[in-house]
Amino acid sequence: MIKQAVNSLAVLALSAGIMMSAQANTIKIAYDADPVTLDPQEQLSGGMLQFSHMAFDPLVRWDRELGFEPRLAEKWTRIDEKTMRFTLRKGVTFHTGNKLTSKDIQFSFNRLKESPDFKGIFTEFESVKIIDDHTFDLVTKSAFPLVLNNATYIFAMDSKFYSGKEANGKNKDEIVKSGNSFASRNLSGTGPYIVSNREQGVRVDFKRYANYWDKTSKGNVDNIVLTPIKESPTRVAALLAGDVDFIAPVPPTDHDRIKKSGNVDLVTMSGTRIITFQMNQERVEAFKDVRVRLAMAYAVNQEGIVKKIMKNFATPAAQMSPEGYLGYNPNLKPRYDLKKAKQLMKEAGYEKGFTVTMLAPNNRYVNDDKIAQAVASMLGKIGIKVDLKTMPKAQYWPAYDARSGDMQMIGWHADTEDSNNFYEFLAACVNKETGRGQYNSGNYCNKNVDAMIDQANTETDPSKRAAIMQKIEKILFDEAAFIPLHWQDLSWAAKKGVNVSPIVNKMNYPYLGDLVITK
Amino acid sequence: MLAFLIKRLAQAIAVMFVISIISFSIQDNLGDPLRELVGQSVSEAERQALRDELGLNDPFITQYLRFAGKALQGDLGTSYFFKKPALEVILSKLSATLDLVFGATLIIISFSVPFGVYCALKPQNWFAKTIMGLSTIGISVPVFLTAIGLIYIFAIELGWAPAFGRGETGSFLGLWDSAFLTKDGLAHLVLPSITLASIMLPLFIRLIRSEMQEVLQSEYVRFAWAKGLFPNRIHYVHALKNTMLPVITVGGVQIGTMVAYTILTETVFQWPGMGFLFLEAVNRVDTPLIVAYLIVVGAIFIFVNTVVDIIYGLVNPTVKLIGNK
Repeated sequence: MIKQAVNSLAVLALSAGIMMSAQANTIKIAYDADPVTLDPQEQLSGGMLQFSHMAFDPLVRWDRELGFEPRLAEKWTRIDEKTMRFTLRKGVTFHTGNKLTSKDIQFSFNRLKESPDFKGIFTEFESVKIIDDHTFDLVTKSAFPLVLNNATYIFAMDSKFYSGKEANGKNKDEIVKSGNSFASRNLSGTGPYIVSNREQGVRVDFKRYANYWDKTSKGNVDNIVLTPIKESPTRVAALLAGDVDFIAPVPPTDHDRIKKSGNVDLVTMSGTRIITFQMNQERVEAFKDVRVRLAMAYAVNQEGIVKKIMKNFATPAAQMSPEGYLGYNPNLKPRYDLKKAKQLMKEAGYEKGFTVTMLAPNNRYVNDDKIAQAVASMLGKIGIKVDLKTMPKAQYWPAYDARSGDMQMIGWHADTEDSNNFYEFLAACVNKETGRGQYNSGNYCNKNVDAMIDQANTETDPSKRAAIMQKIEKILFDEAAFIPLHWQDLSWAAKKGVNVSPIVNKMNYPYLGDLVITK
Repeated sequence: MLAFLIKRLAQAIAVMFVISIISFSIQDNLGDPLRELVGQSVSEAERQALRDELGLNDPFITQYLRFAGKALQGDLGTSYFFKKPALEVILSKLSATLDLVFGATLIIISFSVPFGVYCALKPQNWFAKTIMGLSTIGISVPVFLTAIGLIYIFAIELGWAPAFGRGETGSFLGLWDSAFLTKDGLAHLVLPSITLASIMLPLFIRLIRSEMQEVLQSEYVRFAWAKGLFPNRIHYVHALKNTMLPVITVGGVQIGTMVAYTILTETVFQWPGMGFLFLEAVNRVDTPLIVAYLIVVGAIFIFVNTVVDIIYGLVNPTVKLIGNK
């Protein structure tokens, strides 16, 4: 009798167990692309960061207000102007079961310094000094304000797993751009998800890592199936048909349809990618005249473009730094004023106008070709005849690098989430040796701005830095160094019950480990 | 027969050679592959170093000879994106594309012959008129519009079929993956196959109808009537067989068009086949993959046309294959 009772209890327990596993939460995600590699340090791109936050953990990560949230690093203190001391969280294990120690951080850091994509943003960093198993110092070459910004890129890689040689004699820690490296096919991180299966370009299967350290996370998704769906209409259709549960990005034209559908939620957020036009002063004599540049800045109606072309799916811009960045200057507002623009043209002696060429991509940014057409016709109103040519991004970038258009479009997202990155790449005087101004196809050059960029690079007091960088924005605005258009918004859509709103952010890497599904 | 095949093989090699030169010489205009390989802030010096490593800075002749030398050993280069031999990547997607082509062909054959014949025999019937009307629409609507329309109606509104992807595949004797072997796979096949068939089906219905009408006017059919044969025998044995000759010829040529349409169909349905792969490769400037794709598709063309010529000989013994004595 008792035995029977025990037996039936066991059966009950067993069936409960089966029921539990039958209720395993699985979500299907469709992005526009899948990760190009499993190596988090091979390529610095939005898609790879989305992936890195699933399979790996950084020392710290951005929260929604662009503050820092401790992840693998529990706390940190600045011990001198070149050194930041980090304390690692205890009890963190890699997917292989290896324990996370300072050695892994040192390994990951050294590998970052070797990576062609990351070494650029880590040039100011000297080394990782191990103090003990769970304490280490991050040392910079000189005083450097962006230590924590960079720490968001230090994803811990399992040093034991990535050390040694493969059967073919190649080092396991090798970073290869277009070859078949060990790290591009295998991974061991500390992240919430393990890659259980991957067919490149078709699907990636993730399984929740049972020993994930973050027990406070309410995330309850056990399996994720990530499918790339390149075509926007198909991606939206797949969501509406219920074939997938979560999609990004959502094309602006489908927002109304999704809002109306009733069983799907749309989440949008102002993004940090600025879209601008640069005016090449070396190719066009008139662009050297600040009055002409100002006239053009006055002639472009950012709000009109956002409303009519972007369907309000963007934020009109008068500067490069989006709100939330230190350099964001709240006094700078879009300044559309056709009368003033015409008057400035007259003052500059170009009342009759002139002709310029314009280049823009047609598949890189949201509505890029339409935006270019709009800007071209707006400039037409002040007598500047624009000869516009748009092309696919594959052909656009070589043309851009050759500076083959008088005006060229470029969108930029600061890899460091810091304003100075905008200035270094887009506004600093072009310098082939230092790499400054690499994407400044306007050849705008102001030595004062350059000096202030240097200053901001060593100033560690945030409020002083903010003052310097806001002044830079003001100068660029007053001298119309370029024409800012807008910051592209971000969008996600998910089935009701898949609560994506708390886990998405301006950086556009959803923290899927914390995703909660309610039935 | 053997002489014919050898001749065809020689032609095939010449065609491959021309394709490889053409595809190789356009690659400079496709864009810069480095863009898709590195992040935005990588310096120009780093880029140049990578270009050197990939051999992109070598003169055209050097690059082509290096490619040709490897190609002769069966190595068509390594895809930048997949980091695997390009040929291997393409062949791994072949089964998906063949599923689609097979599905569409099945639809085309099973509908075009009966509909075409019916329209030829009873041209005044309302059903025949409806078919002819619909076929005009079918020919004129672009394939991606058909696809989006089908997705909207059958996936979103009715929920009968999945909106994208290939679904589960089954293994055929452990050699070949096919979506035809699982229920889920079949469900995924329906909409893309119909889409792909939507262009060819009307064409074949019209072709069979007009050929059949012509044959029905010919001397030997009238003679057959005079002889008092059963109508079914006249229609399906005597007339239909001769109708099929031009249909086979056109069909062979249309296989090429079909390959072109798989690019559109696969892209809209996110079908993981060769066509989709090719379009992605163009977007990513994955030049080794582009070159390899063109060569493989060229090979498929030649193969199919050879098979068509052979079938032609079997259906109509009066046709002599070149080289046959």
